[in-house]
Amino acid sequence: VSEVVPDLLIDSVTGIEVSLPLAGPGARAYAYLIDWTLKVVLALSWYVVAAILYNGRLSLAAPLTSEGRWFGLVVLPPLAIYFLYHLVLELAMRGRTPGKRSVGIRVVTRDGGPPGPGALLVRNVFRLIDSLPAFYGVGLTLMVLTREGLRCGDMAAGTLLVYERTGADPELPQDAAQRLGTLDPSGAEIVADLLQRWPTLVPEARVGLARKVLQRYLGAAADLSDGDELTWRARLERLAGRGGP
Amino acid sequence: VSTDTAARRKALAAALMARAGVWQQAAARTARLASARTDDATDAVRLADDYRLLAHDLARARALMPASRSREYLESAYARAHATLHHGAWRLGSTLLRLFSEEIPAAVRWLRPYIVWSTLIFILAALAGYALVHRYPDLIALFAGPDLIASVEKGKLWTEGLLNVVPSSVLSVQILANNIVVSLFAYCLGFLFGLGTLYILGLNGLMLGAIFAFTGEHGLAGALFNFVVAHGCVELSVMCLSGAAGAAVGEALVRPGSGGRLESFRAAALRSGTVLLACAALLVGAGLIEGFVSPDPRFPLATRVIVGVGYWCLMLALLSGRLLPRRARAAAATA
Repeated sequence: VSEVVPDLLIDSVTGIEVSLPLAGPGARAYAYLIDWTLKVVLALSWYVVAAILYNGRLSLAAPLTSEGRWFGLVVLPPLAIYFLYHLVLELAMRGRTPGKRSVGIRVVTRDGGPPGPGALLVRNVFRLIDSLPAFYGVGLTLMVLTREGLRCGDMAAGTLLVYERTGADPELPQDAAQRLGTLDPSGAEIVADLLQRWPTLVPEARVGLARKVLQRYLGAAADLSDGDELTWRARLERLAGRGGP
Repeated sequence: VSTDTAARRKALAAALMARAGVWQQAAARTARLASARTDDATDAVRLADDYRLLAHDLARARALMPASRSREYLESAYARAHATLHHGAWRLGSTLLRLFSEEIPAAVRWLRPYIVWSTLIFILAALAGYALVHRYPDLIALFAGPDLIASVEKGKLWTEGLLNVVPSSVLSVQILANNIVVSLFAYCLGFLFGLGTLYILGLNGLMLGAIFAFTGEHGLAGALFNFVVAHGCVELSVMCLSGAAGAAVGEALVRPGSGGRLESFRAAALRSGTVLLACAALLVGAGLIEGFVSPDPRFPLATRVIVGVGYWCLMLALLSGRLLPRRARAAAATA
């Protein structure tokens, strides 16, 4: 990711900058589509269920006369879900929404921290401008034109969307240090990861991945003759072991 | 020599990667502190050590193995430790409390000159609207719909019998939604160098003045005042307040400071935008009054005046930061 989009670099007292990769228009639009779908489904579900319960039968029709209870129980909550979805969830989830979370991005301030309620409010209020004239025309144009991929709301609120590097991700392969052998660190990580995941893979995937890894790191010297799964695993162990292939 | 260097780099990388367990412990500690799941002082003290350790290892990982997953992990753990150390845990309640007890009053104090100017523009527009329709009554068609005009010409205020057609709850929500959208637009359109805000303030002022002039011509100005007084004090004040926020944004674009136009816009929008939360909250109250009190003929004028002035005083207390008890403000400050 970091090679494709610029990073937000934040100074630190340690002298080592904190680096957060910025999310581009693609990731942002994808997250928005997920959120939009989610809020529409939620709002419609509420309407359908509440209308059926209110009417006491399978009917979504509104009462002929304007009734306060119908409005308050059936119409108002879906509207609130639709219009307050982003603001409320970004507040509650510290700059994230379900869509942003599934794409792996979050809203941060220029110093990398979570935005406060004021910034989130401003960011979301400016959707009025970003959505003009239709389909987020202003917002998408600005995102494409600005170096940091910002829409008007982000400019006003001083926020950015960054890829989330969650420290809690269990992505660190175990025993990679012991597998450095003849490999470089990233190679050792790949082999360690593959061996770690070996029991969870289907047999075809085990053999296929092992063949690719051996080809990549040993080239023409790789022994790619047919063998059972244990043979392929042994070849990987040899590649990653301290003794070499 | 190159073989020695490569071997040395590999040995360093191996030593670094062998510290993965320490990084994972640091990341777990950071996650606990960030989510406020622990108030353990030992964890908090260790966080500063973790931060230095992660910075140290990250610097080495960037140099020794830039394309590795270990470096990605360290980047993540370091970023999270940085955010936790500098921004603390996320406590929504105390954040909102601080917003209302400190940030909004500070923003309102900063907006004072803009509030004066936007109020002046609104009043001048209202006077202009009044004078225009008073002098040329046909111009009311520019400011009001045909139903409203027909009703007033028959000697009836359009609000009479409103509750027979629409329930109070529906009316309230329709009104407050409309008012909130107008307020938000008054703020956002400051983006057009303040011209959009000027338009919204001017148009609403003109409409108010014009309708008062028109109802006055038909002997209904008193009835209109009777209808407006309970909710209007706050509603019109909020209109001026959101207009002031929009004007601040506009001025930042027209006359940027030394930091440049974008930076100036960002600072003004962020600083003034917080008042919108107060505006929205106040408009919810005004909408409820307009739906339940204003159209109901059972409420005498004195009650309406008390409601209107009382709610206006509540608004002043909220905007000046006097509404929240000292203890809550102190707690917010501590948090």
